[in-house]
Amino acid sequence: MATVLEPTTTDTDDVTPAAEPLLVRRPRSSTGFWSWFTTIDHKRIGVLYGITSFAFFLIGGFEALLIRLQLAQPNGRILSADAYNQVFTMHGTTMIFLVVMPLSAAFFNFIMPIQIGARDVAFPRLNAFSYWTFLLGALFINSSFIFGGAPNGGWFGYAPNTSITFSPGHNIDYWVFGLLFLGISSTVGAVNFITTILNLRAPGMTMFRMPAFTWMTLVSAFLLLFALPVITVALFLLMFDRLFGANFFNVAAGGNPLLWQHLFWLFGHPEVYILILPAMGIVSEVLPVFARKPLFGYPVVIVSGIAIGFMGWGVWVHHMFATGLGPVAISAFSISTMLIAVPTGVKIFNWIATMWGGSIRFRTAMLFAMGFVAMFTIGGLSGVTHAVSPHDRQQTDTYYVVAHFHYVLFGGALFGIMSGIYYWYPKVFGRMLDEKLGKAHFWTWLIGFNLTFGPMHFVGLAGMPRRIYTYSDGMGWNVYNMIETVGAFVIAFSVIIFLVNVYRTHRGPLGAPADPWDARTLEWSIQSPVPPYNFAEVPTVQSLDDWWHRKYTEDDRGRLVKLPEQPEPEALVDPSSVHMPSPSFFPLVASLGLPVIGYGMIYRAWFVAIIGAVITLSGLYAWAMEPSTEPHDEHDGGHGGHASPEPSAPEAPALAAAAPEGGDADG
Amino acid sequence: MRLPPRKGVTPMADITAVPGGVATDHGHAHGTNTGMSNEKVAMWAFLGSECLLFGALISTYLLYRGKSVSGPTPHKIYDIPYTSVSSFVLLMSSLTMVLALAAIQRGDSRRLRVWLLATALLGATFISGQVYEFTSFIREGLTIKTNLFGSSFFVLTGFHGVHVTLGIVMLLSLWNLSLRGKLPQEKAEVVEIAGLYWHFVDVVWIVIFTVVYLIPTK
Amino acid sequence: MSAHQTSDVMHSDNPVAEGHHPSESQYIVIAAILAVLTAIEVALSYLKVGGSQGITNGALLVLAAIKFTMVAMFFMHLRFDKPVVRRLFVGGLVLAICVYIAYLLTLGVFVK
Repeated sequence: MATVLEPTTTDTDDVTPAAEPLLVRRPRSSTGFWSWFTTIDHKRIGVLYGITSFAFFLIGGFEALLIRLQLAQPNGRILSADAYNQVFTMHGTTMIFLVVMPLSAAFFNFIMPIQIGARDVAFPRLNAFSYWTFLLGALFINSSFIFGGAPNGGWFGYAPNTSITFSPGHNIDYWVFGLLFLGISSTVGAVNFITTILNLRAPGMTMFRMPAFTWMTLVSAFLLLFALPVITVALFLLMFDRLFGANFFNVAAGGNPLLWQHLFWLFGHPEVYILILPAMGIVSEVLPVFARKPLFGYPVVIVSGIAIGFMGWGVWVHHMFATGLGPVAISAFSISTMLIAVPTGVKIFNWIATMWGGSIRFRTAMLFAMGFVAMFTIGGLSGVTHAVSPHDRQQTDTYYVVAHFHYVLFGGALFGIMSGIYYWYPKVFGRMLDEKLGKAHFWTWLIGFNLTFGPMHFVGLAGMPRRIYTYSDGMGWNVYNMIETVGAFVIAFSVIIFLVNVYRTHRGPLGAPADPWDARTLEWSIQSPVPPYNFAEVPTVQSLDDWWHRKYTEDDRGRLVKLPEQPEPEALVDPSSVHMPSPSFFPLVASLGLPVIGYGMIYRAWFVAIIGAVITLSGLYAWAMEPSTEPHDEHDGGHGGHASPEPSAPEAPALAAAAPEGGDADG
Repeated sequence: MRLPPRKGVTPMADITAVPGGVATDHGHAHGTNTGMSNEKVAMWAFLGSECLLFGALISTYLLYRGKSVSGPTPHKIYDIPYTSVSSFVLLMSSLTMVLALAAIQRGDSRRLRVWLLATALLGATFISGQVYEFTSFIREGLTIKTNLFGSSFFVLTGFHGVHVTLGIVMLLSLWNLSLRGKLPQEKAEVVEIAGLYWHFVDVVWIVIFTVVYLIPTK
Repeated sequence: MSAHQTSDVMHSDNPVAEGHHPSESQYIVIAAILAVLTAIEVALSYLKVGGSQGITNGALLVLAAIKFTMVAMFFMHLRFDKPVVRRLFVGGLVLAICVYIAYLLTLGVFVK
């Protein structure tokens, strides 16, 4: 291919010619602001995911506060009905797709490879593409606020309510295209994580020697892989109805609204397991470390997780109990829904048994993990009541359901994720979050959470429907709603405490040890923050919790005995001696075409859509033609600006400067 | 259980980066836990998810079979002999694809290109056949807007057609790469993986042809 | 000409060494079988086996399944590859069949 902008090169001495650059030279640097746009390092991508999704957590939380302000009193005047529909739709869509899923992805990205002893994921550029597609999809769907109105059909988008007849305007179009882009991001991420876990484990790490978090990553990835295509089809069908006059949800032409519900919930139910399993994995890591006991019944915990993944495909109709499907279908899915409580309950018992008799250290990470167990159990119990379909008939579309899913998603997923943040913070950023502020965060978060969502059980059973923008006086709901609103602001206050903690932590110095918690898994055997190449020497694993067993053994009475030759955390090595994949523009380029396609399609500017497709396809093509590692970058280690002509070992100070690379990750 | 300390572990060759190539060679495959290359595992995982995608579209067609309230119906509009020829063409393209793979596996670049081109041509013939079929249906009064049959038929076969078209683009790219000397025998797996995608698209048509065309709507 | 072993593909229980491939002539035989099966399918679609459309439909589905399996096993090499990829693909396939038939059943398809 002809090179157009071949700059005067500084590395004319290079031995091997690079692949011909396409239009500009391939980026080499992994430092500096712009390197964040071309990074393919799983750790940096993990940090990008984490920061971006936390920002959306604040936005989604703001939307929640608007909801609570509107509902604090009867006949609220803060939001009109139409505005309320947009706010509650975006609150749900944001929290699910732009917060919990990408926060989980942040952990999958950063933690899973170092738990299995890998240098990166199987497809580093694809990983970057996942992130950029997520970011651009998130911005795209939120841009609707300024382009005529945000999605307003609920996060579940029931058709034909969301068809063009009943939802004229572009709100739903943004929802459809936004979710399609986010689906692409998660699907390719799933392929990446599955391949990584199946293929790139360190020698000796059999599947049942993998950490619980890695296992839950794998199960979640399979759920994503198989569930996302279903909602993809549903979204396309809706899109064809809205844009091209198809009849999939056109009742007059014989269309069936239940088609939407089936396709959506076939995705939607596995989706909730996608939302919770990663947090369960985190809790399975944290509890053993802070109880100084191995995870009780590790094989059973793993198999239960797998069982939840399987069985999660057999329960979706429980979201449709009130649609008149008839006693056979309803009974079958009632039973299957009750059955899925079993593996879930098994895990809870295993977590309790892990703590039982342990020597517990009540660090913040542990508090959040314990909070998970308690709050998720409450949410699970209300879930079991939903399984009983006659009971569900009363609960459906009331605040009782809202209580249930917030207990499992906030009380479950968010508590678990917070636990993971406190636990792995030193590994990611080389600094420990403050414990005092952490505890203040935990307690206000716990209290605020229960104040907000606890009363919803009661007000729901007292008849308050969901998805209403206001309610009349005299229903008996006023006090509950006011308490819930107060609770929401307590949560907001607790988030501020957390943000203060983060700010103060980053004002302070680096210096977290490699293994501050005396933990069990491989990631704690390497420096904090993690060097670019992860492991200088890929470890050979001999058991589950291999790192723990290199530190401790047990005497005849089963008591822990510290081994005399304590393993050192790995010393840093010359990064240029380690082969790492090279940064690339093209994942970002390929992603950029997607919102262009979206805007073109929504506004029926077909030429714009075609340009977007061309951008994406060109990006993909150039990416395919580019090798994953540039030959003359091998000795660069991906470090520092320009390649030196010979592979030379940087001096020790340069190494030490190189080490906190990950620590700049928040820069 | 005493375990030896970590020091003294010999460094492993890097198993994520593949220096210098688009393809992965068998050497790379031997560095993985499963013994299969990352690319192959990834493609099969992707094809697994595509089963869910096409299944949803096919099930939608089945749901709405016979339920159109007006407009043309399948038995009035299908031309089975015509579509049979088209299906046969696509089926044969799987043969030429696998012959292309066999060629590169034994190092015969010329034959590789011949068979790649043949596959792309057969695929393009199939697509032309589809285009002609679509336009004649439209002329006979069946569009995506007409009724449930029109919507579900065009979306299902249209998705399939887009997949075939992307496959043709991939095949022509491989043909071009080979022409420029960039697809040697060591990179046979690239052709194999493209082939997996191509065969899958053929296999989906096997299902569509039977379920949509051959099994009649009452 | 192919340099690969010409062991009978159909009865080969020679596992998994990735080097095992059917020969060119074996591929052509498989393609011929696929063509014949297709012809049978098309013929069947014009007839009613045993006077019943239900049986004809069943036969058509069986034939389609055979073609599907042959392409997957031989052209896609699943028969000779490591089990992990077979499980990945078949997992998705079986899941798709189960959930889609299940939901169609709840909506009254396939039942009288």
